[in-house]
Amino acid sequence: MRHTIQALVENKFGVLARVASLFSARGYNISSLAVGETQDPAISCMTILVNAEDERILEQIKKQLYKLIDVIKVIDFTRREYIDRELMLIKVIKDNNKKDLKKLEANKSVRTIEERKNYKIIEICADQEEIEGIFKILNKFEIKELVRTGKIAMAK
Amino acid sequence: MGKKLKGSQIIIESLKKEGVEVIFGYPGGSVIPFFDSLYGDKAIKFYLPRHEQGAVHMADGYARSTGKVGVCVATSGPGATNLTTGIATAYMDSIPLVAITGQVKTSLIGNDAFQEADVIGVTRSISKHNYLVKDIKDLAQTIKEAFYLASTGRPGPVVIDLPVDVQMQEAEFEYPEKVNLRSYKPTLFGHPGQIKKALKFIYKAKKPVVIAGGGIITSRANKEATEFAKKINAPVTATLMGLGGFPARDQLYLGMPGMHGTVYANMAITEADLLISIGCRFDDRITGKVKGFAPEAKIIHIDIDPTSISKNIKVDVPIVGDAKNVLGQLTQEIDKKNLPQISSWHKKIKAWKSKYPLTYNKGKKDRIMPQYIIEEICRQTKGKAIIATEVGQNQMWAAQFYKFNQPHHFLSSGGLGTMGYGFPAAIGAKVANPKKEVVVIAGDGSFQMNIQELATLTTYGIAVKVIILNNNCLGMVRQWQEIFYQRRYSATPLKNPDFVKVAQGYGVKGLRVKKKSSVKKAIKEILESKESVVADFWIEEEENVFPMVPAGEAINRMIGGMA
Repeated sequence: MRHTIQALVENKFGVLARVASLFSARGYNISSLAVGETQDPAISCMTILVNAEDERILEQIKKQLYKLIDVIKVIDFTRREYIDRELMLIKVIKDNNKKDLKKLEANKSVRTIEERKNYKIIEICADQEEIEGIFKILNKFEIKELVRTGKIAMAK
Repeated sequence: MGKKLKGSQIIIESLKKEGVEVIFGYPGGSVIPFFDSLYGDKAIKFYLPRHEQGAVHMADGYARSTGKVGVCVATSGPGATNLTTGIATAYMDSIPLVAITGQVKTSLIGNDAFQEADVIGVTRSISKHNYLVKDIKDLAQTIKEAFYLASTGRPGPVVIDLPVDVQMQEAEFEYPEKVNLRSYKPTLFGHPGQIKKALKFIYKAKKPVVIAGGGIITSRANKEATEFAKKINAPVTATLMGLGGFPARDQLYLGMPGMHGTVYANMAITEADLLISIGCRFDDRITGKVKGFAPEAKIIHIDIDPTSISKNIKVDVPIVGDAKNVLGQLTQEIDKKNLPQISSWHKKIKAWKSKYPLTYNKGKKDRIMPQYIIEEICRQTKGKAIIATEVGQNQMWAAQFYKFNQPHHFLSSGGLGTMGYGFPAAIGAKVANPKKEVVVIAGDGSFQMNIQELATLTTYGIAVKVIILNNNCLGMVRQWQEIFYQRRYSATPLKNPDFVKVAQGYGVKGLRVKKKSSVKKAIKEILESKESVVADFWIEEEENVFPMVPAGEAINRMIGGMA
């Protein structure tokens, strides 16, 4: 099962490597990771999506993360109300599937941010569920490029 | 304002502030400034091994035998990578170490410079924490933090990687008084609610067993553990790391559990209705098949490291805290009149003890049984020597047959199982305890992994007694091959050197014992010697360590010892 956890960490050289190598050394699976500074420039926030087969492994992941000296706090969103967002950028060829494109652009989470002769760059900012939904229908389009940020989250 | 010092001097002054009296280390290009500042210093004794791995194991043996932080130094690149086995060894066994490594000039880092290795990357997963100091202004603070981290909470090795140019720069030196790490606050006392919950289980238990782990040694809780066990009248089994945490001479003592544990310890765990584990992380060598481990028992787990709890074994009452404090809390709260009558449990254990004693084949006339050597050393040292072991059969025989009554006297690489650990660790222990008898129980294979440290003995006149249990093979692997691989002795027979001559070549006394009838006298001579001795005992070659739980089996399914 996928769980969203967040780690507040010291904004220092090498902390990302410590977190990443903890996951690989212990055989935990990260499905996405988003890192950025918080309002306090000394603290970064990592939002991590992990696959944990059961509660025990999830517990271990949280404890192991917290054990890292540079990790200040670990928050598990599993049983909390929270909002989340992920950003996806796609570069699509305009000529094909004009109708489908129009339908996609009608979605309020979707915005065209760059338009050129042959292609458009479209921004989709939505919660994970919606992003996943849109991601699935994208195979209809001729896509030149696609990038995703990984999810960020905040407790309500 | 403090006075201006060079980086290399700042290190040495900081080490002194931390109370460091001894350093083990090896020079090299990136630590020349450090060694220059150390030159002629009277307050810190320095020991030069013949290999960096020797240095780190010596620092480890120093730490294990005293509880103090061990310090070792090596140069960048190969010097640092040669430390890694020792760092990993200390990490697995929670031993407080500070390892200082030289690094190439700050401006060259990342350029594949001569003798450059990414030490931070390499040691990340085998150390408690590590630091690359790029700014001399951070140096004193970093050393303060490193010692604090190494010695508090669940102790462990901390690496400080120090570029050579930082060692040469100057800065005001003022050693910080305090460390404030907002992200590191070990829990030292047990939660009162959990203590209460534990009491409820203790009052109900008819068949309790205490597992004394290495945490008891680390937190110097042997007295508290003994008091606690005696108050609840529970039998105690001590893990390899916990040997000496509970006196072996005590009636409540069950010996070691697990793969090469006693039959009665394993039977007791299997039938127990309550397991109280103190500072033991339920390593697979202890649990065997997890499903078959203590199937009837509720488990109370005391550990300072929350990640150790419910990692391998599901626990009913976790208590995070320092063993010494938590045991104190528990013992104080226990009301003796609430404890049930458990004499039938003790009767049962007594019956197991007499039916399945820890023993070996004593009948062979002219063959030297390795267990006999250990028993004899134990008898002649009255169980008071510091025993360092290598890894394999020698380690298990020492753990089984030497009776440890006090902590900090058994030095062995438990978690990582590092061959080549014991001999240098013994040197470190002797440096820390010059008045104590220090004996290495070695195998002919392991001893050769750091045999070069014989030179260190001679250089400094350190008296360590090396007992080689020589069976001309890598005995533990050979044992597995015999039992599980149809005696296909692949890569385990050893063509050994003449250990007596090798010792003599290094200027160390060497002797050989081939007959059982000479063992007693030889051990007397070895122990009475004021100098180091390397003793090559030719033991029964195909002797096995029994009892034995095959890997992946439940711990009550033992081979040997159950006849």
